[in-house]
Amino acid sequence: MVENIEYIFKVIENRALNAKTRVMRLQGDGTIFTAPGQFINIKVEGKFLRRPISVCDYSNDTVTILYDVVGDGTAEMSEWECGREVNILAPLGNGFDINTDSRRPLLLGGGIGIAPLYRLAKDLIAQGKEPCVILGFNSSREVCWADQFRAAGAETYIATVSGEEGTKGFVTDVPACKDPEKDYFYACGPMPMLRALCEGLEIPGEISLEARMACGFGVCMCCSLATKDGAKRICKDGPVFKKEELIWK
Amino acid sequence: MEMNLHKDLRVSLSGVELKNPVIPASGCFGYGYGMAEYYDINLLGSFSFKGTTREARFGNPLPRVAETPAGMINSVGLQNPGIDNVIAYELPKMRECYSGPVIANISGFSIDEYVECCAKIDREPQVEIIELNVSCPNVHGGGMSFGTGCDSVAEVVGEVKKVITKPLYVKLSPNVTDIASIAEAAVKSGADGISLINTLLGMRIDIKTRKPVIANVMGGFSGDAIFPVAVRMVYQVAKRCPGIPIMGGGGVSSARGVIEMMMAGATAVQVGAANLRDPYICKKIIENLPEEMEKLGISSLKDIIGIV
Repeated sequence: MVENIEYIFKVIENRALNAKTRVMRLQGDGTIFTAPGQFINIKVEGKFLRRPISVCDYSNDTVTILYDVVGDGTAEMSEWECGREVNILAPLGNGFDINTDSRRPLLLGGGIGIAPLYRLAKDLIAQGKEPCVILGFNSSREVCWADQFRAAGAETYIATVSGEEGTKGFVTDVPACKDPEKDYFYACGPMPMLRALCEGLEIPGEISLEARMACGFGVCMCCSLATKDGAKRICKDGPVFKKEELIWK
Repeated sequence: MEMNLHKDLRVSLSGVELKNPVIPASGCFGYGYGMAEYYDINLLGSFSFKGTTREARFGNPLPRVAETPAGMINSVGLQNPGIDNVIAYELPKMRECYSGPVIANISGFSIDEYVECCAKIDREPQVEIIELNVSCPNVHGGGMSFGTGCDSVAEVVGEVKKVITKPLYVKLSPNVTDIASIAEAAVKSGADGISLINTLLGMRIDIKTRKPVIANVMGGFSGDAIFPVAVRMVYQVAKRCPGIPIMGGGGVSSARGVIEMMMAGATAVQVGAANLRDPYICKKIIENLPEEMEKLGISSLKDIIGIV
């Protein structure tokens, strides 16, 4: 079956959440997304490659992304004004599996990795599950989107490495992370955090990975990952992988 | 509207008839079936499948890609499932969504490997052209790329020609001082055509971490930025090897680029990195060609091959 993945969406919101992270809302057909944790690949004029960004939320006619301004491409995006048309490839990637037997899942996000957990939390709550969200940041200056998680009805904790807000340390230092009632975990964030969770948590789970990508839709082999089931593409077979698929060297 | 222009896009590569000259380049289109999820790839002239080696290869460590102004650098490292798996699993999946002629891109690290892979792929009915990637290092020749010396190119072409029946196109590395002499050596040794250019060796450094962006340090530079180099090399080879068909590629991302490459001497045109930014680029180029031909007073693309 042939399916179009190229769309023109329109910027309807683009503002700073703090000095590092921004939120952008785009108007377009949000019904194309099939699971939380998918991503879009955004064309930036003057840049050869697109910018792959996780979907934070979507509605019938919008998609929301969170992004850090880390280089020229995201700096350019931060200048986009409302009304601007943006060429995106979507929906990309597999997304999280929300059809597990879990009743009380942990959702663990580090830095900008919190973004895909938001829609995930909303979908899990809609299923009658009780997600517990733990958001990790370097400092209080980087904390964002916690209010949105709380407003969605998720029990939400914060950890900061600096100790300025919430628990001092990493997401794994938050007591809820070790709560024996928790029966599954979903995580997205820096690799050391994901590794610590996969190796430290006894419960089953899945994690969303990122990598430098060229295409984002499965043909260039720039984001290959060696798994227990052989080589997988983070963009197409992922970005979400089950804990048991992964090999940590 | 384009349909009413009655433009003739057909070209012929060593007797293989293509309905248009647009060919996705190896490594930018997988084995076709992945791209067929996004559009009907039967509209293509042909496509060159992922570089295939004798053994399965995982390829290089990540990161494998870096961005550049108007291009990119990649060091995938010939990740592929190996020739036997390609024949057993990839080509049957390809056949389900594509019925046109296919170009088999074969890589090797020794003459034996090229010969064995080419002999196997030559027996596949849908493979109509074999494209030999001679940019790999020769493990028996001190690691120098086969493609950087006239003698090593001539040797591998001569040995492969003994075991195949399909037309053989040699895909040349641009990382040489005299591309025309290497093309000439390939042709003298029996190559039916030339494909060029492969990627230019490039490198980027992350100035914050003070480390190369790509794990393998260096990689192949492609994209719009290399277009003028590719046009120049196609032109040089076309002049040196008259009558030898050329698949020209390197930085092509528009119908106008296709026309320019053909004017330089290409019979067909490969589109590589542009597919990675826009999965629909080949479809758009093919749809746009009649209109661009009309503007330029071209009725048949065959008429402009090597006109410069």
